[in-house]
Amino acid sequence: MELVSLFITSFIVNNIIFMQFLGTCPFLGVSKKVNTAVGMSAAVTFVMALATLVTYLLQGLLVRWHIEFMQTVCFILVIAGLVQMVEIILKKISPSLYQALGIFLPLITTNCVVLGVAIQVVTNEYDFINNVGTANPSMMNLPQAVVFAVATALGYSLAMILFSGIREQLELSKIPKAFKGVPIALITAGILAMAFMGFSGLV
Amino acid sequence: MNKLQIFKNGVTTENPILVQQVGMCATLAITTSLINGIGMGVAVIAVLTGSNIVISALRKYIPDEVRIPAFVIIIAAFTTIIDLLMHAYTFALYQALGVFIPLIVVNCIILARAEAFAFKNGILDSTIDGLGMGVGYLVAMILLSSIREILGNGTILGLRILPEAYEPMMMAIQPPGAFIILGLLIGFVNYLSRRKNA
Repeated sequence: MELVSLFITSFIVNNIIFMQFLGTCPFLGVSKKVNTAVGMSAAVTFVMALATLVTYLLQGLLVRWHIEFMQTVCFILVIAGLVQMVEIILKKISPSLYQALGIFLPLITTNCVVLGVAIQVVTNEYDFINNVGTANPSMMNLPQAVVFAVATALGYSLAMILFSGIREQLELSKIPKAFKGVPIALITAGILAMAFMGFSGLV
Repeated sequence: MNKLQIFKNGVTTENPILVQQVGMCATLAITTSLINGIGMGVAVIAVLTGSNIVISALRKYIPDEVRIPAFVIIIAAFTTIIDLLMHAYTFALYQALGVFIPLIVVNCIILARAEAFAFKNGILDSTIDGLGMGVGYLVAMILLSSIREILGNGTILGLRILPEAYEPMMMAIQPPGAFIILGLLIGFVNYLSRRKNA
């Protein structure tokens, strides 16, 4: 039950883009067409679930060796390596999937969503769950971490696909010249964020 | 290109946020008050200038094929230094900025400057470029965060400047306000630059 509420919280109530602003650059960059938005979302979901799992286990080692200050450096290296590995494996195993996700994979390394979620999982900064009584109160446990990562990634995909649909329409509307492109996209995102705030009482 | 030109380029003509529109995440998230905006801006100036200097100094030794991982490690090292410094000396600010300090690593501005400028230019020019871009970032942060703090709270740097009768516009410091105000700001800058060119 607790996992379900964690899922809903990180999926829509605390939506990664509209409420936490993580990953806004690619959100604005690749949301011009629904197709590319779907591809990017799929790639992010895949990498995020994997990266969170690996960095979660890595954090255990960092804590054991008392080198927590190396967190940022280690995490970003792991994520970069992982993305590269996923790219190579995908190319071998499923060329069609590689064709679909290929161009988005390198972009993910600098997408702050993945690193942001990995850090949030180990510091539990937003304190989603009342985890008093667990062995390590500052860290989520493994099932929580996985659910959190997957739900956040789905929330990212939801925001991305919704927004790209709107943007395709936006291309065809009459907009003052100075507001074409990013400015109007930001304002639209603001209105969507307002809609998402409506979910805040849900959990 | 002379030194002043490089600096000016970063602050106005190629302002990272208002013109190039990169590095939006932190910009949108932490500009709820002016002090946060300034803190983040200064942290970015430090990381950007530091990594520009080191990358430019090492540009002859870093092989082309592995330059991106090398950049990322250098940037991550500087971010860690800033992270620890802020933890030690400005703890309240450190808590307010939260996850966005380690996330400076993946801020596109820094990697973009490393790739586009520091890897191709001398140390002095790269230092000036880092400072210019950093100051441009800081200026945009100050603009956005002061608008949001005044509208959303009626204060600036915690000092009340609007009369008590002013009903704070809560939306300005909530997520929708961030998107809408930044959108309007960029639209305004576009309008000004179009008029200047016309």
